[in-house]
Amino acid sequence: MAELLQHLVNGLVLGGTYALLGIGLTLIFGLMNLVNFAHGEFYTLGAYAAFAALAGLGAGFFPALALAIAGGAVLGALCEVTLLRPLRAESIDTTMLVMIGVWIAMQNGELLVWGGVAKSIPHPFPTAPLVLGPVSIAPLRVFVLLVAGALIAASWVLIQKTTLGRAMRATFQDRDTAALMGVRIDRIHTATFAFGSALAAAAGALLGPVFLAYPSMGDLAALKAFSVVILGGLGNLPGAALGGLLLGIAEELGAGYVSSGYRDAVGFVIIILVLLFRPSGLFARAERVG
Amino acid sequence: MIDAAGGLAVKDLAVRFGGVSALGGVSFAVRPGTITSVIGPNGAGKTTAFNAITGYLRPTRGEILWQGASLAGLRPSAIAARGIVRTFQKTSVFPSLSVVDNVLVGLHLRGTAGFLEVLLGLRRLAAEEAALARDADALVEFVGLGHRRGEAASALPYGEQRLVELAVALAARPRLLLLDEPGAGMSSAEKAVVSGLIHKIREQGVTVLLVEHDMRLVMGISDTVIVLNHGRVIAEGAPAAIQAHPEVIRAYLGTAG
Amino acid sequence: MRGAARAVLALLALTLPFWVGNPYYLHVAIMAGIFGVLALSLNLLLGYTGQLSLGHAAFFGIGAYTSALLTLRLDWPVWPAMLAGVAVAALAGWLIGRLALKLRGAYFVLVTISFAGVVSLVSVNWMELTNGPLGLPGVPAPALGPWSLRGKDAYYYLVLAAVALAYVVCARLVRSRIGRAFLALRENEPLAESVGVDVTHYLVLAAVVSAALAGGGGALYAHYTRFVSPEVFLFTYTVTMVIMVVAGGKGTLAGPLVGAVLFTALPEALRLATSWQWQMLAYGVLLVLLVFFLPRGIVPAVVVRAEAVRRARRAAE
Repeated sequence: MAELLQHLVNGLVLGGTYALLGIGLTLIFGLMNLVNFAHGEFYTLGAYAAFAALAGLGAGFFPALALAIAGGAVLGALCEVTLLRPLRAESIDTTMLVMIGVWIAMQNGELLVWGGVAKSIPHPFPTAPLVLGPVSIAPLRVFVLLVAGALIAASWVLIQKTTLGRAMRATFQDRDTAALMGVRIDRIHTATFAFGSALAAAAGALLGPVFLAYPSMGDLAALKAFSVVILGGLGNLPGAALGGLLLGIAEELGAGYVSSGYRDAVGFVIIILVLLFRPSGLFARAERVG
Repeated sequence: MIDAAGGLAVKDLAVRFGGVSALGGVSFAVRPGTITSVIGPNGAGKTTAFNAITGYLRPTRGEILWQGASLAGLRPSAIAARGIVRTFQKTSVFPSLSVVDNVLVGLHLRGTAGFLEVLLGLRRLAAEEAALARDADALVEFVGLGHRRGEAASALPYGEQRLVELAVALAARPRLLLLDEPGAGMSSAEKAVVSGLIHKIREQGVTVLLVEHDMRLVMGISDTVIVLNHGRVIAEGAPAAIQAHPEVIRAYLGTAG
Repeated sequence: MRGAARAVLALLALTLPFWVGNPYYLHVAIMAGIFGVLALSLNLLLGYTGQLSLGHAAFFGIGAYTSALLTLRLDWPVWPAMLAGVAVAALAGWLIGRLALKLRGAYFVLVTISFAGVVSLVSVNWMELTNGPLGLPGVPAPALGPWSLRGKDAYYYLVLAAVALAYVVCARLVRSRIGRAFLALRENEPLAESVGVDVTHYLVLAAVVSAALAGGGGALYAHYTRFVSPEVFLFTYTVTMVIMVVAGGKGTLAGPLVGAVLFTALPEALRLATSWQWQMLAYGVLLVLLVFFLPRGIVPAVVVRAEAVRRARRAAE
């Protein structure tokens, strides 16, 4: 029982960051109909940005985190404006190929700048784990969970309660009408991509210190983000949040009770099973397909 | 009334999407060798009926019979194999293929080349390909696009693209041809050409069912007119009778006062 | 291409081992040939039916592992083992084809990536079957009667024959009613259905043939390098295949071959100058540039230019 609770807690921590990855991607995929294969690279960059700030500049942890998030947003905006906006009219295949190109370029760029050896990211938290009853958890992980939770809540507020969020939702539901009502579609696209990338960078900056930073860390993260998006349903923010938590817990339970070598397969299997049997996601109402 | 031996019979056809009823139990018959038009205000369920008949939609209830046999549960390609071909409301061509290649795809069911035969490069395939090429050329000429045969379909002006569509549909040798708004977006001259083509098609023994908004076109070529409103049939008969039908007038113009 | 040019090219290809002295260059030629088969196979799915499969390395790897395991563990002779590699890969293609029936576009891409991911994880973790990350060394070379095809010269001709076979298969398919059905599915699926093109049948056919060819490439690779490890499932291979097809010209027959030669020769040339990270970085940038400036690939661009030149010359007369 204690072991189960331990796995659940670990799963929640992981799941919180998966939720962040998933929320960003579900907005990008759902709103912009863009298969963002570079999403994992923003995650990686977030980790490396935190590393650069902490180890290179000697900055504090919170400033490093903020830097990573800001960096993700800026780079995302840049990417959208230079590469994606001109291709807006093209088919999804074309934008997919472009994002694959960006993915490869970014990852190998990271390899060249920081090298292939995994980097340990320093953090200010004590290493002795907190013991809460049967469960022990490192203070760093508590921090990760809290910040992830805060960012998820902030995202929800942004989407539901702000003008920008309303404009995003309007564009998502009916682009033409939104445009007619004065919504600047171009800006919404840029803002959405920047927002999603910032969340991915945040996830990277949070998880980087927990594990290690290495150039290909984004590959699996990206695929897990996709599986979260598929679980929760395209464009469904609460679905993505819930899906992320579910994935994190499923991975931990799988690794603990089945086999740790196959833990990454959980995300793959989810993608395949959900797309085969419930393509609109676990949380969408079953819709009649025309 | 619902008995058209050798023709299309639709009985109590209904389609629901979630909570919305697009078709609420529609029954009509199309006699073989005739031109029947389906008219009605937007949202009346006309294209939905087409989609259900040709297998693109699964109906919630009802029967669709062609030459006495049920079409229930068949995929569109299987329905095409039974001789029922439809066109689409939005221009539908194979954009980057040439006009003649478009029609060659339409001739798909007339070919017999299977995987192994193609791989082995059997000699009879060359003869089959030559015959298909001749048929494609003939169809391109029939719709009047001979001068465009090598151009990419997407490069053609709108009206000519719709002619390509028609040629592709005819290539599949339909016994029943369903035309979804064949006159949409066309000039009067182009519509006259289309009317002429539809007459010629009927002369070849093909039964035609069409959805249209242009009343002159409809009244000019139809043997029977069926009127849909709010997912139900409100009138059916010869064009003259329909034009004078009070319910039809009400559906289009609304009640006065 | 003009008949004369084609004859010259064929002659060059047939006599290559004689005028290429350096065995390293011969190795490059062999790898180019293997990738040529792979690129042709991916082109069937991507260029003709319009489905982007990003798990193609899985078929390559399945072919390699099947053939290697049958010869190493069950003492099968090489030729039947290679054929079995093709068959098992074809089976995997059948699975993917049936999956594609429900999914299109981005979802299909994700499923193919996931499939490749699962297969890759199995090859790393199922030690009893695949020997895990240590791989399978000592895969035997094929033999034609008394002649062993171990040497590069001999293997080159085997690969050349395979490329020719793959090309003929693709060409015959593409120029037939089947090829028209593939294109129809890519261009406008509902319209294709309305004239009787059976989507199920043709998507599955494309996937099976595509996977079979890729599996054949894998078997060729296994008995050439005589070592198979989970590295065959690396995403880099899939990416390289995609670049070859997209840069060469998807939807053409020559495009993938041109792409294969270009992107096998180029890295080797670059290798002398720089590291593989720079090379992959360049690939990424190149992909982006291609999409913007040469979206249809090199071969169609060359064809268009040749047409324009020909027309100008005719007008000048």
